[in-house]
Amino acid sequence: MAETAASPTSAKPNAEKNLAARVSPARQLADEFAAGSLAGTVEISEVPFLTMVGLRALAGSAAAERLAGVTGGLPAGSGAVAGHGEVSVLWLGPAEFLVVAPTEAHESLGGDLIPALRDALGGDAGQVVDLSANRTTFELTGPRARAVLEKGCSLDLHPRVFKAGTAFSTEIANIPAILWKTGDESFRIFPRASFAEFLGRWLLDAMREYASPEVP
Amino acid sequence: MLLIPCPNCGPRDETEFHYGGQAHVPYPENPNELTDTEWSRYLFYRENPKGIFAERWVHSTGCRQWFNMLRDTVSYDIKSVYPMGSKRPDRSPDGAPESGTASTGPDSTTTGSAAPSTSSTSFPSTTAPEGATK
Ligand SMILES: [Zn+2]
Repeated sequence: MAETAASPTSAKPNAEKNLAARVSPARQLADEFAAGSLAGTVEISEVPFLTMVGLRALAGSAAAERLAGVTGGLPAGSGAVAGHGEVSVLWLGPAEFLVVAPTEAHESLGGDLIPALRDALGGDAGQVVDLSANRTTFELTGPRARAVLEKGCSLDLHPRVFKAGTAFSTEIANIPAILWKTGDESFRIFPRASFAEFLGRWLLDAMREYASPEVP
Repeated sequence: MLLIPCPNCGPRDETEFHYGGQAHVPYPENPNELTDTEWSRYLFYRENPKGIFAERWVHSTGCRQWFNMLRDTVSYDIKSVYPMGSKRPDRSPDGAPESGTASTGPDSTTTGSAAPSTSSTSFPSTTAPEGATK
């Protein structure tokens, strides 16, 4: 829990207390993630406690317009990621989106993102649900990150198809997960909390071969 | 492994989908008026064709949306993918016009506007209302 240091932006004493009390879904793997990471090849870490909000709103509706005003847009179709600044919105379905924001955006830490989304939806048909505890985030980076993922994901991950800045809800290692390519060699993976240990260990195992020199 | 073309997400592995059984089986307009035999036929009796079959699928680990699909039960060829609530694309359009207030949304609960045929040989009738395809 020592790693869950409060952000300097959340000055409220309650915020620090709230963070100190939390244990992230893959906390028990932190040492193994550090040991299994291969600098300059492929590295893995957990990014705990990101703020995540599930949105449902019909495209083109007034509620969707207002929600888009808060997030900086809603993605238009499969793969698309919208957003503004540190707030990103991933496309999950034709009327379903996942907002991903920094830890401090959560209202328990004094953030106003979720109340603002709730106000934007108002009484209209749709949904604004705090899903921050639903999933955790793995960050997989490095030149071999794609090769690791390709062992358990059937999407075409080649850069000519899978561009940085796109995200797909799919399967990795036979479990449902969201895969977001955040940079040319960096991926964010969102497994549900109950799958975090399984997927973390699976990724460590998939990374292991790159610790040894390549056999020509 | 089938590669199923989701209308929202494009081709994905079959493992990302769940099967929803035969498409175009409308919910009876007045279930209370059915005999037990008719009700059981609605609940349990489905076609089992050798060849083209209209069936429902949901992209469970992707966009979570339902759609209809024509699949050849012999060759596993996927002939067509079309929205919930629309007619079978391989049937001639000279039948009854589209009668349902069909929705392509995931939560459509629209029902047909007429009671389904309950005869053992023709249920579910191919001329049944197309409104409810879930
Ligand atoms: Zn889909």
